[in-house]
Amino acid sequence: MADVTHLETRTLGGGESGFATTKFEALLGWARKYSLFQYPFATACCGMEFFSTASPRYDIARFGAEAPRFSPRQSDVLWVVGTISQRQAPVLRRVYEQMTEPKWVIAFGTCASCGGFYDNYATVPGIDKIIPVDVFIPGCPPRPEAVLDGLMLLQDKIGRCDRTPETLKNTALPDGAEEALEKLYQIRMKP
Amino acid sequence: MEPVDLDFEEADLELPSEPMTLLMGPSHPAMHGTIRMVLKLDGETVQDVDIQPGYLHRGFEKMSERGTWSQVFPYTDRLNYVSPLLNNVGYALAVEKLLGIEVPRKGQLFRVILGEMSRIADHLTGNGAIAMELGAFTPFLWFLKAREWIYEACEEQTGARLTHSFFRIGGAAFPPTEKLQSQIRSILPRVLEVIAEGESLLLKNRIFLDRTQGVGILTKEHALGMGASGPVLRSAGIDYDVRKDKPYLTYGECDFDVPVGEDGDTYDRFMVRSEEMRQSCRIIEQSLDLMKKIAPGSPEDAVSITDPRIVLPPKEKVYSTIEGTIAHFKLIMEGINVPPGEVYGYTEAGNGELGFLLVSRGGGNPWRVRVRGPCFFSLQAAHDMIRGKMLADIIPTFGSINMIGGECDR
Amino acid sequence: MSKLILERLKAQFGDDILAVSSFRGDDVAVVKPSRWLDVARFVHDDPRCDCTYFVDLSAIDNCDPRTDELDMDDRFEVYVIAYSVAKKHRVRLKTRLSGDEPRIASVIPVWSGANWMEREVFDMFGVHFEGHPDERRILTYDEFKGHPLRKDYPANRTQPLVEYRDGTFNKLGPFLQDEGMPLNRSVLPDERQ
Repeated sequence: MADVTHLETRTLGGGESGFATTKFEALLGWARKYSLFQYPFATACCGMEFFSTASPRYDIARFGAEAPRFSPRQSDVLWVVGTISQRQAPVLRRVYEQMTEPKWVIAFGTCASCGGFYDNYATVPGIDKIIPVDVFIPGCPPRPEAVLDGLMLLQDKIGRCDRTPETLKNTALPDGAEEALEKLYQIRMKP
Repeated sequence: MEPVDLDFEEADLELPSEPMTLLMGPSHPAMHGTIRMVLKLDGETVQDVDIQPGYLHRGFEKMSERGTWSQVFPYTDRLNYVSPLLNNVGYALAVEKLLGIEVPRKGQLFRVILGEMSRIADHLTGNGAIAMELGAFTPFLWFLKAREWIYEACEEQTGARLTHSFFRIGGAAFPPTEKLQSQIRSILPRVLEVIAEGESLLLKNRIFLDRTQGVGILTKEHALGMGASGPVLRSAGIDYDVRKDKPYLTYGECDFDVPVGEDGDTYDRFMVRSEEMRQSCRIIEQSLDLMKKIAPGSPEDAVSITDPRIVLPPKEKVYSTIEGTIAHFKLIMEGINVPPGEVYGYTEAGNGELGFLLVSRGGGNPWRVRVRGPCFFSLQAAHDMIRGKMLADIIPTFGSINMIGGECDR
Repeated sequence: MSKLILERLKAQFGDDILAVSSFRGDDVAVVKPSRWLDVARFVHDDPRCDCTYFVDLSAIDNCDPRTDELDMDDRFEVYVIAYSVAKKHRVRLKTRLSGDEPRIASVIPVWSGANWMEREVFDMFGVHFEGHPDERRILTYDEFKGHPLRKDYPANRTQPLVEYRDGTFNKLGPFLQDEGMPLNRSVLPDERQ
């Protein structure tokens, strides 16, 4: 229950068991954030990195967001993976409208976030022109680590019941992390 | 009591069968590119199909006309985003053909090595997708595991996992790193092992065989007239590979075979891709050996040409000498001055013949960049592979074309 | 490359072949628009040309809207590339069309693969193909107005199908030549609207 403690929870002790009180919404958010059913709306290059994120090495299942649901009615998170062209825009909005509440949207990659360098007649300059977005993950395409970071940011927001759009930002590595990563890499590359 | 339908003919009792229209895609789990099919169904048989591409049209050709010649590279990465380095090579070679220059030997070998790595990644994804469409998820995950190793090697060399923008007009951005030989040599046997493992899971599997053999057949004449190329054309029995028929870079020196299918069905396309990966491994190993033989310090031992009108000066010169600064400024602000002319440069990319028709009117901007995306042509041929077959066969057939949205719709 | 095809074409069609060239090894023949289909059929059927493999068909817009008239003659160049797998040679046939109502015969009877390419040229350039069975837009949508690869179509003029939401920010247009650093982008003046 460590996660719940920051959600304005009061723990009432006394006996061996004790109990906690919290707001209903906060509890619901906490319950929701680890059981995300996702709808991958994969259109373009970012789809390759989405595959990678879902594949064994990066393993998105560790974050409680494994099950893809290709029916919008059964899914909670809409991953917009890749460029949305003007021709695709009505389809995207239709899919979004078919999803049931509560629903969240992640803009995966620069094209989905702002159109990227496709500043032309064919491309929608960012899906927030069409549907509301919760998390923007920049990168062309973003690395799987960044995607996982974005997913964690979304889970954090779900836990806080926060619906303001937010962009994933770079965070500095802690001291010594780079050496540790290099060591890991050396071990893995041994034949 | 007598049955009521005694007086009727058998045929009258049948429900009237009108063709049913079914919309498939553009957002459909099996349409892993973005594509829409309007199907006319008689029961489960496809009577007619209207394939509608264009849902990922991003204006590649218009954007290329806006920038300089070098600014096209990032866009080419995103054409066939499963094998971006091959697109980089294709475009660089086309511009070099227009300029009439040739890259030093080491640069050519470097292009071959990284390009073939990209091709393996492309085919791993394509074959994995065919298996996944048929419900075999494990080979897909294994192939992706192998693809991660390739991405890692490419990242070591180029600095990016997927969209490298690495090759330049007249060479490459950087020389190969020290790890090139050891890393790629350690990866290749493991990749081959994964390919063999994946095949052993699939090729004795009744479901996989029944659903791919004899499905989605493309005949020879049709494949030619449609302009299909790459594995789709070769599986139909036509031995056409640009690497063999008009060798570019150092492919002429490498010893490799071009696998050719017989029936042109989904199974053959799977097998052709599988075999091509093995051949790519052979090419890479030979190229690594050839690269080792280059004498250090010789004119061959460079990845880029030295013409300051084409290649950017090294960074330390840009910061310390006036000539370097000016050359850098001119190349970035005005672009490479390409003489007027019109060429069609073509290479063998992951899905077949990738052609660039470039028109220059002189100056730093391309006048027209037309890209011949190979899967646009293969997809057109899909119409006849699908028609008259069962609805469920569309999915493996479509998967085996390996349609990549960025290249198809551009 | 062998010049065989070009010589055969000149011998067969004479003055209807307006020009031939072999720049950087690419054999190109410029054909009169009226003989377009005949030349294509000859290249396909003639046993010594034998170009049965359809490589590409597209167009080039030669009009610079800053200096040229939009309905100039020779505005559009339509080309087709064909290859012979057996003889390993290829040829590029070209024809020039005026900017005013460009029309040309379809080559689908020769190479069935030309179907989508001609649709694409119609979509992108507005060139009509006579005898095309199914002349629809292919890459853009039916509601799209204009032809985006024509040089006078501004690159960033969007025609949205979905109304944009309120409260989102609009991007600034690209710099013009006299404002700041254009990075040699070719921008039409009316793109800043």
